[in-house]
Amino acid sequence: MRKPEINNKGYLECEHRQISSAASGATMIIKALEKENVDMVFGYPGGAVIPLYNKLYDSTLKHVLVRHEQAAVHAADGYARVTGKPGVVFATSGPGATNLVTGIANAYMDSVPLVIITGQVPCSSIGTDAFQEADITGITMPITKHNYLVKEVSDLPNILSEAFFLASTGRRGPVLIDIPKDIFDREAEFVYNRNRKIPGYNPTYEGHAGQISRAVKAIKEAKRPVLFGGGGLLRSGASPALQDFAEKARVPVILTLMGLGAFPGDNELYLGMPGMHGTITANYALTEADLIIAAGVRFDDRVTGKIEEFANNARVIHIDIDPAEIGKNVNIDVPIVGDVKTVLEALLKNVQPGDTAEWLQQIKGWQKNYPTLCGSNGAGRPIKPQFVIKELSRLSPENTIVATDVGQHQMWTAQHFNIKRPYKFITSGGLGTMGYGFPAAIGAKLACPDETVICITGDGSFQMNIQELATAVNNQLDLIIAVVNNGYLGMVRQWQDIFYNKRYAHTALEGNPDFVKVAEAYGAKGLRAAGENNVSSVIEEALSEKGPVIIDFIVDPEENVYPMVAPNCPINEIIFGGARS
Amino acid sequence: MKHVLAILVENKPGVLSRVAGLFSRRGFNIDNIAVGETVAPGISRMTITVEGSEKLVEQVIKQLHKLINVIKVSNLSKESSVMRELLLIKVNAEVGYRSDIQQIVETFRGKVVDVSPESMVIEVTGDEEKLEAIKLLLQHYGIREIARTGKVALLRGAAITREG
Repeated sequence: MRKPEINNKGYLECEHRQISSAASGATMIIKALEKENVDMVFGYPGGAVIPLYNKLYDSTLKHVLVRHEQAAVHAADGYARVTGKPGVVFATSGPGATNLVTGIANAYMDSVPLVIITGQVPCSSIGTDAFQEADITGITMPITKHNYLVKEVSDLPNILSEAFFLASTGRRGPVLIDIPKDIFDREAEFVYNRNRKIPGYNPTYEGHAGQISRAVKAIKEAKRPVLFGGGGLLRSGASPALQDFAEKARVPVILTLMGLGAFPGDNELYLGMPGMHGTITANYALTEADLIIAAGVRFDDRVTGKIEEFANNARVIHIDIDPAEIGKNVNIDVPIVGDVKTVLEALLKNVQPGDTAEWLQQIKGWQKNYPTLCGSNGAGRPIKPQFVIKELSRLSPENTIVATDVGQHQMWTAQHFNIKRPYKFITSGGLGTMGYGFPAAIGAKLACPDETVICITGDGSFQMNIQELATAVNNQLDLIIAVVNNGYLGMVRQWQDIFYNKRYAHTALEGNPDFVKVAEAYGAKGLRAAGENNVSSVIEEALSEKGPVIIDFIVDPEENVYPMVAPNCPINEIIFGGARS
Repeated sequence: MKHVLAILVENKPGVLSRVAGLFSRRGFNIDNIAVGETVAPGISRMTITVEGSEKLVEQVIKQLHKLINVIKVSNLSKESSVMRELLLIKVNAEVGYRSDIQQIVETFRGKVVDVSPESMVIEVTGDEEKLEAIKLLLQHYGIREIARTGKVALLRGAAITREG
């Protein structure tokens, strides 16, 4: 137990001998991060975390100073998505903590592992509406996998180890630890046990053997099977197993936005993305299938369309590590709770292809008749935004990591950027957070400094975290920010166009800055392309530059994303739009 | 249909708010709730009554299991169990009516726990039906105030709802 504080050198030395592993709360955090092999922290200092930053100052741990706390979470999230390791965030109490909220909700929706450490007012001030006090554990309860308010420094080692354990096992997710300022300075014994047992937490990894045999049988019997996979494939590292499975069972593969990259985009069994802006083939295949093998997906409304009519002809096998996802939106015939990779590997052992040749022929027909086309306006004319994406895809190196923001450019990237490998496409899927892409790209670039990283964004989204140009310049990141600039809040404008009689209420972003000049003001490079004939040359120039480069692509302002399924319509009721022209 | 869930939770700060918050944000309605300690140190038992379909209750249980501080959830309505609530009821009881009220209370095996010149406080335990019945009878005299606990429940027989 801790003795009363006596500022006497002899006494303190004596105490140190007694409990040789005594450490302050701040020291415990740094030590725990070292033990968890954390190599980087994203954060922003403030009053309540000065003691923590004071210890960090002596540590070799890399700290990335962002310019707004929201960007710290998004950057840590981007880091986590490309490495699979939990991203770590520091922020101060009150506004520092509340600025994290969007980023935490975003990570929670997309099951991204994060450990977030916030400062809090000292224990004695909690509940008094003290300066910069906010109940961040209360606020983030619905958007974290779990959170903690530390009241005793002696609890901190276990809490830190639990937080890393929870964030990075089972269904991944953000975990927040709120630490009152005085706890950083208080001391206790520091013993760090990794992977501790938590009574109420026991994720299932192995699939139930009986259900796996039922699944094998269903696959053998199926005439029109389709595998429909999502973000769970990536989180569990299931890509190799998926590829083997699809090829052995001769089952075509559809990937949701969150799953893109989990299966090679150029494989003949790949049908593209389903749902609102999915490929026609994927939507037809899901509608006509007699068996859907759903792997690490949660049947989001943007994917299923009108849920009552989703895949009515199919039996459904659902593999997910979260039992609560099974049967939540769609009735399931063969539920398999487990880690997607482990379950796919188990299926792979016994699976036999059914009689799917005719089905694969039918799919080939759809693919031939309904390709997702990328228009071109021709040289010198306003640039087709899809053309920008195609060119970025064509000219960038094989292993390029693409981070998108949210809106039309995000859907065009999903449709036209050829994503062949896992962990190369990062996007805000569940929450749809404008402002996510640029900081996430920063996190990805810091995690993978040798890879080309491109942030594809819109003029609206980019301005939601444009201040991070300072972070990118400060860290000398070779990063391309491709702004698909149509001067509109494009996706909302598209809905106003189609469903609200072209009443463009407040979606024209008048007063946009000159993005080239913005780049220059921050000490970055700014380029612009206003006609299709200079798209490729500008991309090539950006790829050869050092440091952050903004490319301002002035695109056709009223281009829409097609194909499109209107909200709450069956996914085979497709608005073809310009996709066929 | 009403479902009575017995939820064993780690007795940590905020756990009630985690459970209650889950119900409200997922759109599940809590009919009533009772919380108390168990024989195991550090573990509390929440008994929550929720109204809804089989499918809804299955989702409620799965979502509850996702909370890290929740150790065990069982649906006691699915099994044979004893369920009780306690009702305190303050009823108008001028001198002429007291023996009538007393008779009702005895029929329901309740107790008079307080008497004043114009009122009585009655304590009665039982299942929901019984409590509704006595409330209905006492309405005749004029109910001033009631206070009611949530339902608590235990499985019949030797079986228990355990942490494992």
